[in-house]
This record gives sequence, structure tokens and C-alpha cells, in this order.
Amino acid sequence: MATMTGRFNKGRWLTGALLAPTSAWFLFMLIMPMVVVAVFSFGERSLEGGYVASFTFDQYANLPTRLTAFKNTMIYAPLGTLASLLIAYPLAYYLAVKVTPKWKLLLLVLVIVPFWTSLLIRTYAWIFILGGKGIPSLLALVGIEGVRLINTPFAVVVGIIYGYLPLMVFPIYVSLEKLDKRLLEAASDLGSTPFRSFMQITLPLSMPGMVTGCMVVFILLMGEFLIPAFLGGGKVFFIGNALVDLFLQSRNWPFGSAVAITLVAIMLVTVSLYMRFAMGGKAERDVSVM
Amino acid sequence: MSKNYKDNQPITAEKLMDEFRRYQKGSVSRRHFLGVTGLGTAMAVMGGAMPSLMPKSSHAGNLSNKMVLSTWPNYHNPKTLEAFTSSTGVHIQANVFGSNEEMLAKMQAGGGGVGVIENTNYTFTTYVKLDLLQEMDLSRIPNYDAGTQNAKFAEASTVNGKVYGVCKNWGTTGFVVNSNKVKSNPKSHKDFFDVTMGAGSGHTILHDYQVTTIGAALCALGYSFNSIDPNELAKAEKLLIEAKPHLFAMTSDYQPGMRSGDAWMTLAWVGDGKQLNSDMPEMKYVVASDGGELWSDFYSIPKNTPSLDTSYAFINYMMDPKNQVLDAEGHGYPTSDSRVSALQPASVSTDPILYPPKDLFDGLEFTAAVVLTDPNRAEVMARFKSA
Repeated sequence: MATMTGRFNKGRWLTGALLAPTSAWFLFMLIMPMVVVAVFSFGERSLEGGYVASFTFDQYANLPTRLTAFKNTMIYAPLGTLASLLIAYPLAYYLAVKVTPKWKLLLLVLVIVPFWTSLLIRTYAWIFILGGKGIPSLLALVGIEGVRLINTPFAVVVGIIYGYLPLMVFPIYVSLEKLDKRLLEAASDLGSTPFRSFMQITLPLSMPGMVTGCMVVFILLMGEFLIPAFLGGGKVFFIGNALVDLFLQSRNWPFGSAVAITLVAIMLVTVSLYMRFAMGGKAERDVSVM
Repeated sequence: MSKNYKDNQPITAEKLMDEFRRYQKGSVSRRHFLGVTGLGTAMAVMGGAMPSLMPKSSHAGNLSNKMVLSTWPNYHNPKTLEAFTSSTGVHIQANVFGSNEEMLAKMQAGGGGVGVIENTNYTFTTYVKLDLLQEMDLSRIPNYDAGTQNAKFAEASTVNGKVYGVCKNWGTTGFVVNSNKVKSNPKSHKDFFDVTMGAGSGHTILHDYQVTTIGAALCALGYSFNSIDPNELAKAEKLLIEAKPHLFAMTSDYQPGMRSGDAWMTLAWVGDGKQLNSDMPEMKYVVASDGGELWSDFYSIPKNTPSLDTSYAFINYMMDPKNQVLDAEGHGYPTSDSRVSALQPASVSTDPILYPPKDLFDGLEFTAAVVLTDPNRAEVMARFKSA
């Protein structure tokens, strides 16, 4: 018994030591800043901007003024995620299942290389493509005049899809790559149509990749401000834009903190619900994310 | 000299190896070896060619090899900054900001490491109150002559009798209209908003900047550009929200939209107006008849600058009239220094875009400090943006 206890304690000590760096990182880089933001959200704005220690719920009471921003984000973030998923899935399927190994690496690289360019520059390019001298001028040649594409919700969704597509493609690709082709063979041997094989074998098995991709893109989209600012011309206003304004323009740190805390709370609730719904009972049996 | 490289070498390959063996064995000194083989000269030349390797005379004056400059878009002629670097060895890293609020926010949050900032007249009292600026020692800027500065523009940097900045240039804020697309010839902010909600619907840009956007709305309603009266602000907010669906965009980066023809009219600063007009003559810069903004920008030194010597060296260099003329060729803004206008060609010093006629000029107001700090104006802007 004594030796067993001794081994047990040593194991615990070792686990603690291995976890310490990560825990410290979480504590200083995540927990403490969140605490600071939460404390600020109960304070007041000083006259020149900044934070004055206080305890008031005024900031939270002021949240409805940003309702449009919340609404826009809650509409376009899921919409963008869904649109990315619909475009990314066929692409990932093609890359994982249909492409010969000879071309696979090259095509994968082609998907990822634009991702190495700064998001700012890629989004700026869309300003020119969707602007007056871009696609609308091509449409005018065919006879469709006066089409306004830039500074519309459509432009923002296009920007979102383009910006986040590689992030959606890769988890789905990895999931599909692991798919055992023999399962599909077996299914067709047993008389399944290709469509039925897809619906009952491929799709469920690629679900972890889809869930991961959707979650990553959705979480990033909730904080997005660059794409709506550039492609929406300031007319499509996201929570990210509201935060940038509050911290850099109004310099109203307490209210900005309140908005930030609310955003985090909304995201926690949404993502938990989503995970429970999408993973369902599988969460206990299968902890793979791809 | 012969064309074959082997004839022009200071020493042949065999002789070099002989000398090298002698050096290795210790028969000759290192100095002899480097001299005879020409390697010493080569090192000296290479060292001189690398900016940071060879000590320059400036280093005797304790200048660092890099300085961070907080500035505005298109605000310098790249040639001026390069000339400064080659004469002193100090590299300039320009951080571009979109608004004074942003610049102040970064400084307030403790943005250290900045050597010189280019802030606008109405920010000085706030910066001084927050104790973010060095008091300027004018004896360290011999190129600056307070006597040749137009006091109207230069006096804003003096707070409580102390000087905190020297004037770089001044400017006006008006609007640019594409006369090919907008035929009605708008002359005032009221006209601007009428066109926005009428013939120009869908093709107007307002700034993502509360000073100019709210100011424009206030002028259109006949109030002062600087008003912080809650009633007047409420009416301005109403006008802005009414105009919002008719806007093409709310951005301070208006040149791409104007140049592509998507936007026909935008609030603008004079330098951009000049640039647009130079490239596309149909772009007319209009100083509004119902008021507008007058502003001046200054070089100031943050309290926590990493190197005071470097900051003063840069400002002194930029105050030299010759350098100001070269800089103005790039940015195009009007100068407050009479020595500079004396050196500029008449086409520049009498340009009606840069120096508007007296009756329009007199209607313009300097932005007041309170506009920067008033929380109401900031909230009006934020509500307008999220409406």
C-alpha cells in the first residue's frame, strides 16, 4: 500500500508539472485579461476617455443602442458559415476522394497559398473586383446596367466566404481523407446507390470535420470587423466594428468592455448549444475532432 | 584596365595563399596580411556600404538607428524621409493613423516607443492634461523660426505659456464633387446633403470620423461646426440617420471609391482634394459656404520617447525650409511658414484649392478641443454608425 501511494503521488506531481506551463499561459493570457475586462465593464468613462473605477450597471443598460450590430453579427456569421460549408464541402470531397495522389499535393497547396497573404490585402482586392470598374462594368457590357455590388451585405458575405474558405476546407478534408473507401465498396456491393452511400456513410463520418470547421469559422466571424468595414463600406455594422469604435474612437473603455463581455457570453451559449446538437450522443463515445 | 578579371586583381591567387600560410605560421602580422591582399580595403568598403555597420558622425550625437513616426495617410514625400535617413542613418518607421482619436487612444493605452507624433491643433490641451507630451526646447530646433510662422496656425501648440509642438502644415476640410456626375454645382454643406438624398443618392461618402461628419451635418443645419449643444447634436444626428440609407459608404479612405466612379461626392481634406483634382480635373474641391473646418498639424514629442536626441534631430531637419518644400511636393498641403511659400512656385503658393478666397476662408472654424473629448459627440457618431 505504501509503495502504491508513493507511485500515485509521484504521478500526480509529474502531471501537475506538465500541466503547469499551459495553466500559467491560460491564467495570464486568458483568465486575467477577461477578469480585467469584466471589472472595466462595471466602471465609468473618464472625461478624456479611458476608465474610472466605479461600480455601475449603466454600461450594460446601454447595450440596446448596439442592437443592430448584434443582430447583424448573429445573422451574417451563421449565414457566412453555412455558405462557406456549402462551398467547402464539395471542394474538400473532390480533393480527398476524387483527385489522384499525383495532383493532390499541388491542389492542396493552391488552396492554402492565398491564406498566407494578409487578409487585409485579399479583402482590398475585392473592393476593386466588386467596385464600379470591376464586375459591374463587365455586366454593363452585356447590357445589365447599374448593378451595385460593393458596400452591400452581399459583398460582405462574399468577402467572408473567400476569407475563411481554407479554414473550412481543411478540417473537412482531413475527415474525408480518413474515410475508409472499403466501406463504400461494401455498401455498393450490398446494393446501395451512390447517393445513399454518401448520405449514410460519407456524410456522418465527415461530421466531426464539418463541426470543427463550422465552429472555427463561426467563432472567428463573431469577432470580424475588417471585412464589413471594407466591403460593407461602414453600412454593414458588426459587433467587431462597434468594439473598434468604442475603444479607438469614443475611447469608452467601460462600455466597450460591457459589449465585449456580452459577445463572449453569447458565443459561449451558442457554441455549447451547437456542439451538443451537432455531436449529439457521439460526444461520449468519439472524442475526435476531425 | 584589362577586360580579363585576373589581370585587375590586387594580388594573384597563389600569392594570396602564400601570404595566408605566412600569416598562419605567424611570420607576418595581421595588418600586413590585410594590407597586401587588399582584404582590409574590401572590408572598409563593405562596412561603409552597410548602413548600420560603419559608425556615422550622427552616432557621435547619440542618435538611435530607428525612429517611429505617428503620421497620417499620404502625409510625407518619401524622398524627404529617405534623405533624412541617408544624412543621419536613422530609419523612419511611419505608423499611419486614421483619426486623432485613434492616435490619442494608442498613446493613452501606453503606446511607448514613438519618437514623434503629428497631432492636430485641437488635441493639444487634452494631450497636455494627460501629460503625454514633452515641453519643446526650441533652442534644439535652430531651423524653426517662430517669426515666419503664421500665428493663426501656429499658436495652438502653446498651452499655459509652454510650447509643445511646431507647425508642419495647415489645411481646410470641405468636400470633393465629381462635376461630370453631379451637375447641380453644390456650394454648401446643405447642398451636399440635398444632393446626397436626391440626385446623388447611393453615391456619397461621409467620413468615419465624428469631427468632420457631425460637423458637416451641423453646418448644413446652420449651426457651428464645433457645437456640443445636445439639442443641436440631436438634430444633426437626425439628419445623418436620414441620409444614411443614401450613402455609398462611411469611410475615411474615400479616394478608391471616388477614383473608380462609384462615388460622386465625398467630404474631403484639402490634400486629397488636391491629389484628386491633379489626377482627374473633373474632381472639384469645394470649401463650403456655410462653414467648415480649419486645422493645423504639428510635430510633437511624446513624453516617453525612446531617444530625445533623435526626435529633435528629425523635427529640426523637417523645419528646414528646403526640406519642407520637397515634402510639400509629395503631400500637397499648404504651409504656415512664409519662408517655405517664398521658395515654392507661384502655381503652388497661390493655388485656390490650397489657399481658398477670403470670404470662404473666414467662414471656417478651428476645431475646438472640447469636440475631441465630448462624450456626446462620440456617442452620436457611434449611434449613427450602428443605426
